Amino acid sequence: MSMVMWFNEYAPSVKASVGGKGASLGEMTGAGLPVPPGFALTTAAFLASKEKAGLDAELAVHLDGLDTNDTNMVSERCSEIRRAIEGMAMPSAVEDDLRSAYATLCSESNTDDVPVAVRSSATSEDSPDASFAGEHDTYLWVRGADDVVAAVRRCWASLFTDRATCYRVEMGYEHHTVEMSVVVQKMVRPVSAGVAFTLNPSNGDRSQICIDSAWGFGEGVVSGEVTPDNFLIDKVMFEIGRREISNKTHEFRLTDHDTVEKVETEKERASESSLTDAHIKAIATLAKEAEKHYGCPQDIEWAVDADLHEGENVVLLQSRPETVWSKKQSDSASGGSNGDFMASIVSTLMNPLHTQKH
Amino acid sequence: MPDRFPSPFEIATPEGAEGWQEMYVYSSMFSESRRDFEDSMFWFQDGVHWPNVLTPWDATFFEFAIASLSQYNTRHLQVPPANGIAFRILNGYGYLSPVPADESTIEERVANFTDRAGHYFMNWNDLYDNWMTKIRDLVGELESLEFNPLPEIEDADEVVKSGAGLGSGYALQDNYHRIVSLGLKLWNYHFEFLNLGYAAYLDFFMFCKTVFPDIPDQAIAKMVAGVEVDLFRPDDELKRLARKAVDSGVAGAFSAGDVEATCEVLKGSSEGQAWIASFEESAEPWFNFSTGSGFYHHDKIWIEHLEVPFEFIRNYIEMVQSGEDLNRPVEAIRAERDRVVAEYTALLGSDEEKGEFEGKLGLARVVFPYVENHNFYVEHWSHSVIWRKMRQLGETLVKEGFWSDADDIFYLKRTEVEEALWDYYNSWATPEAPAGPSYWPPIIERRKGMCNALSKAKPSPALGVPPEVITEPFTVMLWGITSDSVSAWLGGGDAKEGELRGMAASPGIVEGLARVIFSADQISELQDGEILVAPLTAPSWAPIFGKIQATVTDTGGMMSHAAIVCREYGVPAVTGTGFATTNLSTGQRIRVDGTNGTVTVLD
Repeated sequence: MSMVMWFNEYAPSVKASVGGKGASLGEMTGAGLPVPPGFALTTAAFLASKEKAGLDAELAVHLDGLDTNDTNMVSERCSEIRRAIEGMAMPSAVEDDLRSAYATLCSESNTDDVPVAVRSSATSEDSPDASFAGEHDTYLWVRGADDVVAAVRRCWASLFTDRATCYRVEMGYEHHTVEMSVVVQKMVRPVSAGVAFTLNPSNGDRSQICIDSAWGFGEGVVSGEVTPDNFLIDKVMFEIGRREISNKTHEFRLTDHDTVEKVETEKERASESSLTDAHIKAIATLAKEAEKHYGCPQDIEWAVDADLHEGENVVLLQSRPETVWSKKQSDSASGGSNGDFMASIVSTLMNPLHTQKH
Repeated sequence: MPDRFPSPFEIATPEGAEGWQEMYVYSSMFSESRRDFEDSMFWFQDGVHWPNVLTPWDATFFEFAIASLSQYNTRHLQVPPANGIAFRILNGYGYLSPVPADESTIEERVANFTDRAGHYFMNWNDLYDNWMTKIRDLVGELESLEFNPLPEIEDADEVVKSGAGLGSGYALQDNYHRIVSLGLKLWNYHFEFLNLGYAAYLDFFMFCKTVFPDIPDQAIAKMVAGVEVDLFRPDDELKRLARKAVDSGVAGAFSAGDVEATCEVLKGSSEGQAWIASFEESAEPWFNFSTGSGFYHHDKIWIEHLEVPFEFIRNYIEMVQSGEDLNRPVEAIRAERDRVVAEYTALLGSDEEKGEFEGKLGLARVVFPYVENHNFYVEHWSHSVIWRKMRQLGETLVKEGFWSDADDIFYLKRTEVEEALWDYYNSWATPEAPAGPSYWPPIIERRKGMCNALSKAKPSPALGVPPEVITEPFTVMLWGITSDSVSAWLGGGDAKEGELRGMAASPGIVEGLARVIFSADQISELQDGEILVAPLTAPSWAPIFGKIQATVTDTGGMMSHAAIVCREYGVPAVTGTGFATTNLSTGQRIRVDGTNGTVTVLD
């Protein structure tokens, strides 16, 4: 079985081996929703590593006679287990695949030691592990193959947090059957970022996509600390009907220590458009796909990544249903003239152009 | 910024044009007797159809067209809010002013309009078929009119012994009366459908703007536009002939030199002769196509100026030889139109709304072929025949010494032509020398001087007090006159340095070098990739649309013929800028944003 599944190679048949998160990222990529690129290390990698290290035998020792009411005992034994997992050697087949996948991601990003997020991905919805998905670990800004390998082991180890372990014992699940996949995804380093609605929030026009954009990370746009550029683009014709470039005095930028801070924008860049027309169209395409995929108007977060190639550098960070206009039942536009086309034509002539607009 | 345009009574006569009023009928001029009314109205110069000074006879179609339009609004259909359009000629240029209906009559007009227009909408296809028959009969009748010199004596059998009791002298007079009345008939037919077509289109347009407030105008036009349209047929025929020339191996003839030389080579082979036969087949009627708006006797008509279609064909031959596919991608255009309709439909909220959308779109599509096609049948084909026949009459009177050039006849008013013909007829009957040869030449000479002087003075784009907002739909859609363009005119066009605003007539943004041209004679100056800047464009300029990047015009709206053609050919266009030919110059680098209706100077 393959150890690595790239998001753009996802098929439903591999769902069980890449976990919920891996499957969802694969599904989105396949649906034309370009999330930041990455891959899932499959459950096969965990199983092979576990087997090579003889982990099941060690587990049996540590878990034998575990009293879930004795918190000291639980804490002590679980950290033993986690230490064992974090220290276990991966079979070379697994480690080579992981390192080579990371190297590919680096070259796709035109960056040595590209920063990635390493996250655990629970394997199935009905498995108890799913309940602890939030507890499984997430490591951001991981750089370099050695650190990635270490982060993967730490994710695996997170299967044996105190709470997860007690839960399995109480429910009578077998510890040696638990599985885990780990997702490795490029951290976005945005040139610009922002939000988009798949309707015009000022009038509910569903034929439009409204984009707010600013330099750097999207925090400033979301929090309202930066007045963003605003674009309105027609969902069908892809024409940019409105283009308001604002003076974006500040931006949220990445520091050398991989933290995000608010800094003043260089004067000449502040009043420049934070998006090219090609970016605007790519964001609109992505928003339109998200709406189609989820079947209702969406409110998305996106970014233009500095490391990816032009043409594939617009990425989707989040998509959730739009709530304000979607709840309003759209009023009928007919004004009671339905079925009587002459009445409607007369009314059009009596209240013509530009008196109804604006 | 002033808040009004000069009163028509404040406009000075350009030097050298004193007495210009003698060229036009008294009722077409501003006058003291109607001053109160005239000063209360807002007038705009109709540069979409009549960008140049009207010679006396050419004023005929201006008057026929606008009176026919008015008559349909007021007396036939009773368009509820709109009466007709008042028209005047000032310093040789045509001005228009829409007249609203009296509020108190609107209720009654609604009932009449619903009944009358409703009948047309319900029976559109039958009535339109009938229109096509009427217009072809009318062209046939025009073609049958002859204006030959009168014979020394009448034919014994045909005229005398047949008992007809009428001869060539009567026929000559009668044919002139007929050409004038057929011209009026033509314009009555023209407006039988046009405003209804626009009304149904507008209804769909407004519905779209209500359900999708931000939908681009062009998206609406795209959903309605026809895929195969007669107005594009002349261009399609040129392409067909270019391919035929290449396929049958006679393309080399087009590098032989002028039309005559090319024809000489073509006649030398059976393939060449077959090509000529095929050309002649296309030419009637499709090359009765004017290089201008069709409203001027001096607009060149392809069939009379073969160098125009031959030059286009030569360009197309080069494109075929370099492997370009000249076919319009009809299937792709249709598929794109279907996609656009399907996607907007899917965005509508309720089934009721979807039903209404489909109903209105359906009606708009039924009526739109008339809106797109009538221009070929009326302004191009029928007018071409009328200009040709009038020139034949002019030539006959040249032979009789009335004047020296066939085109001189257009410096007579239409009633004056009747007088000249009477003179000729009477002098032939007597016989005696006609008075015309000494009477007309000084008048014609004087009027040529006046027209020349008038042409040098740019007309004021508008007169009088503009309304606060321009709402009259036809004014906006056809003439491109909006509150914005009016304020740009008032600001003298320099509202923003280096920028012009107009109608977003065909989408897309491009940058390139401007080429300013003032008439069809200059279109050969256009180089590949340039941006055409002109007072207005004609549908017959379509063959150069493959060559240019964008179009900018002084006049015209969303639905002007130039806009329809630009959308069809996918050329970004901004129309109705008012000052493009004044403010831009050849060689300047400009950006044309046909999506938002702006032109920016980049140098």
